[in-house]
Amino acid sequence: MADNKLKETPSQTVGPYFAYGLTPRQYGYPLPPITSGKLASDKTKGDYIEIVGQVFDGAGNTVDDAMIEIWQANSSGRFAHPADQREERALDPEFNGFGRMGTGTLPGNHFQFETIKPGSIEDGHAPFINVIVFMRGLLIHSYTRLYFEDEAAANAQDPILNQVPEGRRHTLVAKRVDSPYGVRYRFDIRMQGDNATVFFDY
Amino acid sequence: MSARDYKAAYGQRDWSSHPGYIDEGYKSTRLRGVDQALVEVSTTLAEDTGPVFGAEHVGPLDSDLTKNGQVNGEPLGERIIVTGRVLDEHGNPVPNTLIEVWQANAAGRYVHKRDQHDAPLDPNFQGSGRCVTDSEGRYKFYTIKPGAYPWGNHPNAWRPNHIHFSLFGPTIRTRLVTQMYFPGDPLLDLDPIYKGIPETARSRLVSTFSIDVTEENFALGYIFDIVLRGPNATPLEG
Repeated sequence: MADNKLKETPSQTVGPYFAYGLTPRQYGYPLPPITSGKLASDKTKGDYIEIVGQVFDGAGNTVDDAMIEIWQANSSGRFAHPADQREERALDPEFNGFGRMGTGTLPGNHFQFETIKPGSIEDGHAPFINVIVFMRGLLIHSYTRLYFEDEAAANAQDPILNQVPEGRRHTLVAKRVDSPYGVRYRFDIRMQGDNATVFFDY
Repeated sequence: MSARDYKAAYGQRDWSSHPGYIDEGYKSTRLRGVDQALVEVSTTLAEDTGPVFGAEHVGPLDSDLTKNGQVNGEPLGERIIVTGRVLDEHGNPVPNTLIEVWQANAAGRYVHKRDQHDAPLDPNFQGSGRCVTDSEGRYKFYTIKPGAYPWGNHPNAWRPNHIHFSLFGPTIRTRLVTQMYFPGDPLLDLDPIYKGIPETARSRLVSTFSIDVTEENFALGYIFDIVLRGPNATPLEG
């Protein structure tokens, strides 16, 4: 790599007041949103699911000013992005795979996504969703992954999950909760301590 | 192709350019910063892709914060222009990428309902906007110079004037949320958020005044170029 490489612009915290710029509709501000917590419509292909969770700080308190983003494949395991040219996996015009939600509007400081369960992105990989965490007090965003409890066999084979220390893998597995209204997965994010969520050096 | 054979299109973060997670001077990091080692794993196509937002996601007034919050008149404060290029580490432009901005008004007050600072709101200024870079990676906002405001981090703590920026770039690994500062601000050297950045990298967040960007009889101009993580130099195999 040449020495004259430009240097990355440093990260700074998203701060406490992002809502009227980044999640305006969720918080009742006028700017039209670019996305929301609702990724899937009735027309989206795949199994409709909800993902709910809370973010906990190092004292075990829920964080009420975090912003969570998710990025996932569609039900065919295809990403809505030009770098994914795998024509054998169909794109879904009703799904772009990106969602964003703040933790400041739902009771208990929950985030909630309405989406579909992603397909496996390639043979041998368990279905998963990339999760990015931003908040006041976090100077650079954190990346983690959400896996699904009801994919135990696939999770056991997953080549990425298998690179995570065994005792910490459970922090990436969302718990399934069935209700009369559908399937919901619970994914809590713990910033610190022995039970902290695994964050990746992406 | 197995996960371990996947040739990542993008390299690792350059940690010498970024603040750490726990910063003694910035109180909120103590309970919120990541305190366990980050785990290194192979990456997949999932990390070399990301949301695609183009010009169709931006409205005509979205990049003019002096107009997009108007109710019954012009917002108060000093009109400014903020412009620059988004480049990758190799100096190549990052075209067609979404930039989101938000900021305090001229009095140092945020529209956010939680901001309790005793400074006036401006009924004609919302303080948020967005734009998409052009084919050369250029962007341009019109706005009002934000004021400084106090915060509770330590006694007599004031944030320097700043504009928040959120960028995507081509993949989720190029995602960047940052803050742009203004040249000559005496609060910079007192600000733990700014000083959380390694010393050699801090000045990259300070914009430059430009008389060439300045529009006569209208607004002062500032240049803020942004560098996102670049793709690996080695071409990918097909």
